[in-house]
Order: sequence, then C-alpha cells, then structure tokens
Amino acid sequence: MIPAATLPHPPLVFGPLSPELVLVGAGLLVMLIDALRPGNTGRFLASLTFAGIVAAGIAAALLWNWHGPTLVLGGMIAADRYSVFFRLVILVVAAIAVVLSQHYLERSGEYRGEYYALLLFATAGMTLITASADLIMVFLALEILSLSLYLMTGFSFRRLASAEAAMKYFLLGAFSSAFFLFGLALAYGATGTTNLAGIATRLLFTLAPTQPRGVLLPSPALALVAAAFLGIGFAFKVSVVPFHMWTPDAYQGAPTPVTAFMSAGTKVAAFAAFLRVYTVAFGPLTNDWRPILVVLAALTMVVGSVLAIAQRDVKRMLAYSSVAHAGFILTAVAAGTAEGVRDAMFYLAVYAVTIVAAFGIVMLVSVRGERNLSLDDYRGLARRSPFLGGGLAVLLLSMAGIPPTSGFVAKVAVFSAAVRAGFWPLVLVAVLASVVAAFFYLRLIVVMYMREPEVAAAPAGETVLTRLAVGLPVAATVLLGVLPGVLFDVLAHPSVLPLGGFGFGL
Amino acid sequence: MPQLVLFWILAPISIVAAFGMVLARNAVHSALFLIVTFFSLAVAFLALGSPFLFVVQIIVYAGAIMVLFLFVIMLLGVDREESMRERIAGQRWMALLLGLGLLAEVTAAVRLGIGIRTRAAGDFNVLVNHGDNVRALAGVLFNGYFLPFEVTSVLLIVAAVGVILHARRRHGDGGPLDRADAPPGEPLPLEEPGGSTPVDPESAGVSGAAGPVGAAR
Amino acid sequence: MSPVLASIDWTAWLLLIVRVIVIFALVMVYLVLVIWFERKAVADMQTRIGPNRAGPFGVLQTIADGVKLLLKEEIIPETADLPVYLIAPLASAVPALLAFAVIPLGPSVTIAGHTVPFQISDLSVGILWILAMASLAVYGVVLAGWSSGTNYPLIGSVRSSAQMISYEVGMGLGLVAVVLYAGTLTMSGIVAVQARHFGVPGLTWLPKWNLFMQFPAFLIYVVAAFAETNRPPFDLPEAETELVAGYHTEYSGMKFAMFYLAEYMHMITVSSVAVTLFLGGWRGPIFPVVRWLWPLVWFVAKVTVMIFVFIWVRATLPRMRYDKLMAFGWKVMIPIGLVWVLATGGIVALPPAYGAWRAGAIVGFGVLALILLLGPVIRGGPARAPVEAPTRGVSG
Repeated sequence: MIPAATLPHPPLVFGPLSPELVLVGAGLLVMLIDALRPGNTGRFLASLTFAGIVAAGIAAALLWNWHGPTLVLGGMIAADRYSVFFRLVILVVAAIAVVLSQHYLERSGEYRGEYYALLLFATAGMTLITASADLIMVFLALEILSLSLYLMTGFSFRRLASAEAAMKYFLLGAFSSAFFLFGLALAYGATGTTNLAGIATRLLFTLAPTQPRGVLLPSPALALVAAAFLGIGFAFKVSVVPFHMWTPDAYQGAPTPVTAFMSAGTKVAAFAAFLRVYTVAFGPLTNDWRPILVVLAALTMVVGSVLAIAQRDVKRMLAYSSVAHAGFILTAVAAGTAEGVRDAMFYLAVYAVTIVAAFGIVMLVSVRGERNLSLDDYRGLARRSPFLGGGLAVLLLSMAGIPPTSGFVAKVAVFSAAVRAGFWPLVLVAVLASVVAAFFYLRLIVVMYMREPEVAAAPAGETVLTRLAVGLPVAATVLLGVLPGVLFDVLAHPSVLPLGGFGFGL
Repeated sequence: MPQLVLFWILAPISIVAAFGMVLARNAVHSALFLIVTFFSLAVAFLALGSPFLFVVQIIVYAGAIMVLFLFVIMLLGVDREESMRERIAGQRWMALLLGLGLLAEVTAAVRLGIGIRTRAAGDFNVLVNHGDNVRALAGVLFNGYFLPFEVTSVLLIVAAVGVILHARRRHGDGGPLDRADAPPGEPLPLEEPGGSTPVDPESAGVSGAAGPVGAAR
Repeated sequence: MSPVLASIDWTAWLLLIVRVIVIFALVMVYLVLVIWFERKAVADMQTRIGPNRAGPFGVLQTIADGVKLLLKEEIIPETADLPVYLIAPLASAVPALLAFAVIPLGPSVTIAGHTVPFQISDLSVGILWILAMASLAVYGVVLAGWSSGTNYPLIGSVRSSAQMISYEVGMGLGLVAVVLYAGTLTMSGIVAVQARHFGVPGLTWLPKWNLFMQFPAFLIYVVAAFAETNRPPFDLPEAETELVAGYHTEYSGMKFAMFYLAEYMHMITVSSVAVTLFLGGWRGPIFPVVRWLWPLVWFVAKVTVMIFVFIWVRATLPRMRYDKLMAFGWKVMIPIGLVWVLATGGIVALPPAYGAWRAGAIVGFGVLALILLLGPVIRGGPARAPVEAPTRGVSG
C-alpha cells in the first residue's frame, strides 16, 4: 500500500452548517427507522421529524451571534445573519408542514415513511440555499429542494392529478435547472470563479479598474448573459411570469400539506438565493438588471392577479395569488437597494407564514384527501366553523393587504422601497394589481360569511395540533400587522444583509 | 499540433451526430447518435489533457446513462417512428428563431466578455495538471470543492429514495382514485369522482382535458 | 521536412504501432487456443473426446470453424434495422479488444533510447478505462437484440442490459477497493504494489498479491466478471432453453463468428484484468535464460489458470434463474462490496502507529457492527404489512 499524499483541505468549520447537518441527519434517521420498523403508523416519525426541525432551529438561532469568519468551508457557506433569518422562517414553515402532513396522511391513508425523510431533505435544501455563498452550492441546494418537492408533489400517486402535477413540475423544473446551470457555466467563463463575492470583485474591477490588482475582463457582457440565465432559473422557482406555468397545476395537484410547504418554502428559499446572487455577485451590474426585473415584476403582478379572478378552485386561486405575490416581492428586489432587500425579507417572512396557514386551513376544510376545494364548498364556512372561517378571513385580508394585518405593512414597505428607487410607474401598476387581487380575496370572504351552505357538510375535524399549526400563524399575522417594529428592528441592522452588506458598501 | 488534428476530426463528427440525434425519427437511432457525440467529446477531453474526464464521460454518459435510455426505450417499446406533427401552430419556427437568437447572443457575449481565442491554448498539462491529471483534479475536488462533493451525496440519496418510492407499488395499494372509471365503492375516496364542480373547465384542473401546460389560462 | 513534421517523434510512433500489432497478434493467437482449450476441457469433464480431427489434438479446429462460418450464407431478417444490425457485432468485439490496451504484459524495456512499457498505453486512469470498456460491452448485446426485430433476441437484450448494468456496479466496487488499497489508478502501479512480500516469518517467499490482501474484492470481481461476459452460470441473455440463442439468434455466418469471438475475447480480457489486479500481473521468478520472455510466460500462465476457472464453472454449475441473478447482484454483491470498500478505507486511513493487527481488529469490529446493523435491512426482513386489505381494481 502506497501512503497517499495528504491533500490540503480548508479548515473544517462545520458550525455554520449545523442546521443542515441536523436536518440531513434526522432525515437519514427517519429512513433507517422506517426500514427497520416497517408498519409503523407514522406518528413517531412525524414527532421525530418535528424534533429534528426544532433542533435545527435552535442550531440556526445560535448562529445569529456567530463570531467566526463570514465565509467558511472553502468559501462555499456564508455564516451571516441573512441566512439565519431565512433559515428560521423556513424552519417555522417546515414545522407547520409536519403537523399538517401528519394530519393529512393519517386521514387519507397514504402514509409512507419516505415522506418525512423527503420533507427533511427538502427543508435541508431550502436552508442550505439561503446560506450558499457559491453558485455551485446554490445549484446543488436548489436541486435537492426541487427533487424532494417533485417527489412530494407526486406523493399521492393514486390520484392522477397528483402524478400529473409532479410530471409537469418535474419537466419544467428540469428545464429551469438547465438554464441555471448554463448561467453558472457562463458566469464561471466570464469571471473565472463561481464564488459570489469573487464574481462581484472581478466585475467591480472591470467596471472601475481603480484597485491595485485584479483580473481585467474585456467587458461585463458575458456576465450579464450569465445573470440573465441564472435569473431565469430563479424566476421559475419563485414563479415569476412568464415562467409561472407550472405553479397552478403543481399547487392544485399536490397533496395540500405539500402545497402549503412548497408554496411558502420554495418561495422563501429561492428568493433568498435570488437576492443574494443578484445583490452580491451581480451587484456591480445593478443598473443593468434592474429594468428587466421591473418589467417582470409588473407583468407578474398583473397576470397573477387577473388570472386568479377566473379560478373557482381555491387551491388554484391561491396558486395564482402566489404568482402575484412573487411580483410584489420582485418589486422590492428590483429596487436593488439595501432597503429593498430588507423589505423583501420582511415580505417573505410575512407571506410564508400567511400562505402556509392558508393552505393549512384549506386542508382542514377538505376533511380528508382532496375534497371541498371549490369556491362553492366554502359557502357558510364561517358559520360551520368560526375558527377556520375567521382564520382564513384574516389570512386573506393579509394577502390582500388590508390594514390591520402584516400583509399591509409588507406591501407598504416594498412599495416605498420601489418609490425611493424611483420606480413610480411600477408602484402604480402594483397598486392597481393589489386592487384587482383584493377582489378575489374578498370574494372568498364574502362566500364564507354571507352565503348559505348548500348541503350540511361534514365537520372539519381539526385537532389541537392542527388548530395550533394554523392558529399561531394567524395570530402572528395580526401581531405583525399591529407591531411590525418587532421584525423591522431585527432587520434594521446592516448585518442582516447578504454577507453583512457586502454589495452595498457597508 | 495533434490537438488540432484531433479537433478537426472530432468537431465535425460530434456536430453531425448531434444533428442526427435531433433529426432521427427513431428513438434508438437518436440514442446511438447521442452516444457518438458523447464519444467524440470524450476524446476531445483526452486531447486537451484531461484523461480523467475522458474516461468518466465514457463510463457515465456512454456506459451508464445511454444504456439505461436504450433499456427504457426497448422495455417500453417506444422505438416507433415519432409523429412530427406540430401541436401548437408555428411553434417550430418560433423555437428555431429563438434558438438562433440565443446562439447569436451567447456568441456575441463570449466574444465581448472573454474574447474568442484564435491561437492554440496553453499546455493544460503544464499549466493545470502539473503532470498528473488525476492528482490535480483530486486537489481541486477535495480541497476547495469538497463541500459540494459531499452535498451531492444528499442529492443522490433524495433521487434514490424517489425512485424507490415511485417504482415500488405495494400490495393493496389499489388503483387510481380520480378517474371516472375508477372502481366504485372505494373504502376511502380521497376525492369525489369527477371533481366537485364538473362543468367548469378552470377548476377541472390538471386532470382535465390534458391540455398543454398553462392552457388553463 | 517542415518543422512541424520534424518535431514529431517518429520512433515513438513506430514503437507504438509495433506494440499494437504485436499485442493484437498475441491476443488473437491465444484466442484461437482458448476456444480449443475450452472445448477440450469441457469434453474431458463430460467424458467425451472433443475435437480431434483438425491438426494435432484437434488444435486447428477453431480455424476450420472460422473458415466454415466465413463461407456460410448470410441471413438477414426482414424485420432487421439494417445499420444497427450491422454495427452490433462490431460493438460487441471492439470494447473487449480496446480494454486490453492498458494491460501490462511485462516490465518496461529500453529500445533505441526509448523506455517502452510492454503494454500499449500506461494510461494514468488505466483501471477506469477497464471499467469504461466494460460498460460499453453491453451495447453489442443490446443493439443486436433490438435490431433483429424479433422477440427472443429482444428479450435477451433487455435481460442483458439489466444484468450487465447491475453487475457493473458490483465490479466497480471491487475495483474501487483495489484502487483505494493500491493508491494509484495506473495498471503498472497496481502491479508494482504487489511486488512486495509478506514480512511474516515463514511466509517471506509469498508475494503480497492483492489476492490475499483484497480477497473479498477478488471474489466480487470474479463473480461480476462471469456476469459481464455472459458466461454460465450467468448466461441468461443467450439461455438456449428459454430464448433459442438469445440476442444473437438472428445472426449467422461471419457476424455470428464476431459474437462468438467477442465472448472469448471478453473472457481473456477480464482474466487479464484479474491477473493484473489480484495475481501480481506479469511478476514471477525470472530465470537467467531469455530474461525478457519470463514475464510474458508468467502472465500467460496466470491468465490460463483464470480461464480454466471460467471453463470449470461452465461445466459444473447450472444456469441461475433470472430473478435470483438480479437479487444476488443487488442484495448480496453490492452490500458486500460497499462494506468491503469501507473496511479498506479504514485500513488505509488508520495511522500506521496502530500496527497491522490492531488496525485489522478495529476494522473487523466495524464491519461486524455494520453487518449486524444492516443485515436485517439487506435481507429484507419480514415483508411490510400491506397498507390495507387487497382491493379490487387495478393492482400494481
């Protein structure tokens, strides 16, 4: 045996990766226990999954005061508060999703042990992408979360709608991944690095070669094309028009707890990476990508809002509304300022909690499997179940942006960021889209409160746990609407920006 | 010099095979053309001083992925001629136009961004490999990129779990639930047969008329 | 002469071409002998006489058969997909020949100022090249079966692609263990590693072949090699009791001869790889007469032993059932391979201060723990209880 030459390796600082390690470890444990104890009912695995998510949340929270280097593990992982913030949001969503899933799977009889493992892996992918400081890590994390979600979308394989949704999601997702990968390759070709900060440094030097040393590129043209392709990849994941085609089909066909999980989780995770890549790596090109995002944002808000009006299926309606919300968030991203990033973070946190609870209530109204999804099935819901009806009403008001809720604050915040960046016309479009969107949100509230039920529908059969899972987000929605400062104070410090404000000269 | 000779042999072959892959009507012929493309690319890697990539390209793409492609094509019997009828009018011309536009854009961007080299590149073996390609590659893979390398394993686990989950149908899983011809009297119907609002095409949703994606608009 | 042409090292090219021709000729002659050897050996084991007419002991029988096949009528089925039908026999034979390019037949020699290895090319990724060619070998079978356009060949080719891909994984794991242990990917390097001898008193004469150090890997490799070459007891793709002649049912004449030769060529190649990786390659005692010839003699002798094992197994064991074959590949070979790779990694990675015995004990306990932990999973355990009672309708 020839002793192998020892290869050098970067210092193994695994601390900033601890939430992901906990999540993946829990996922493997779930798979192992499922293999060794076949025929379990799933309650134990669900509680194990929940415990894993809580443990990951504690690990993430401890990272808030990380004192080590900002970039660790060969520059792949960013140990900044930006990632901690998004991780916590995602983990809250995942915890709610576990409770909802357990309820759903037990009632529909579709439980399989792999479900919780996939949920944990998807969560790990989502949290990993928020901390990725290198395009390769962004890509891998994006693939982990997408692959898990394709599978979860098609989890009720006995329903053809679920299988078809998974197929469409998978095919279009694969296309978007190809675009992303192409963009990654071009970014590497343009700058010779995949590191986000490295790309920014080289672009900055090319645009203003004042620093003493650096690699001079002939022109940032290739980097621009790369940014466009990477943007297409992200736009698919956050469902920005015209890359939103999969959203309604996937959201409608997927089992409802999966819809709840992915509608919130994917949007937060993909936007976290979107913001980081665009503001850090392509920060020097802000003036070039801004106009494109402005157009996309306007298009997304209008198309999402208008098409949502035509929907009679509640899940599909919420899917189109989620497209519209992607446009609102994009409004803040397009501003390209530190303030815009903060407001987008606020909006994402608020929106994630709102949409996961909204789909949770839709799931509870369905009672078992995928029933009672038409608008007509919501007639008189408030009378049948004041808890569900009232909760959903609050959430819908928040999504519509009506004052005493967090959605209102979030919308005002992103609009003001866009206004300060000088995008008056965009904000005008956004306000109009909000008015259109308010129509279909209020229509559902009207149906719930002012229509008589057609038939005496079965009771919704929610448990204490599911009541908590949807009740707490509703409370948070109201609380953040009244006291938004709680969250804004956290976001005020420059350390919550990507890489501690790297792209904004802070 | 040998690089250049090999390039002018391999480049035409790979491009012709790539066109053949796209234009062949028979799925098996397409797959075979794709194998030729993979091969010529593999040899190009070898010529450029990257024997590891050369071998891995053959093992992974030509040896594993394409064999599985052929296996599936044969197993499913989808090796008949494919219909070339357009489902969406004018789609082919649009695709061609946009594809050419993309080609022009990327070419121009590469030209502007890094310039197109007209002379031979530096010797990869000296510049990067330092004599041993495998060792140089290991240095990169297990040094700067060791975390992506590890994270890839999580991705593969997810893929494996997914395949097993969807390929294995357990005894007693039963048939589809949301088809009109599903057996009546299922013990626990997850969904009312035919959807809850039978007439509205919007809410009939994805399992409806199976239109192209987004046709619900 | 132009400077470009002058810069080319013509002697090196010439030596390369000579090497290719010499090794190709050697392999072809050996191939003819192996076919005769198999027929004779199997006949002996079945108490028959075997070929005894053409030449002394019937040694020219293969040549006679070749001439006969060359002159036979070519029959091409109407359903055949002609281009693919014609490529398939070549695709079957070429990878086996190409794999031979990295097998060292002897040490380097110096000719005309050039140090020439006694192998066609000492690729820096030699062992991966073997794997690459092994993974290409399946094309011949798959394409032959598909392009014939009839049922038995198609079934044979579907079987073979599943079988060969499955066993390639096991084979790869066996090779990985060897590479881990040897610390190099070059074939000459792996031979060099096996040049050392045991340090144990009384055993100093015994070379430290990978056969002893990597015995599980050797077993895995040999079993996988049987499957890769489609030899009995794993010759399901051409099982005559089930599929007439399997994938080559529709081939006749010279095209059939190509498949026939390819099978033996594959056998020689996998045997040579086994000898190089596990049996010390060309190494052996070199006597002071014609010193350059001895490595080749030892190499051929070892390969012949391996080939005899192939023949012996063919004459002894019955064919496996198809589902058992796949279950064996996935549920036995691959777990064992994985555990062994882990164990080898442990042996390599543990600091030398631990000493051989203590390191071995640690790794042994680790392997035992793994087997105890994962054994029930691998064996499948009791089948999962059905989720619900069997229902009517379409069941999966």
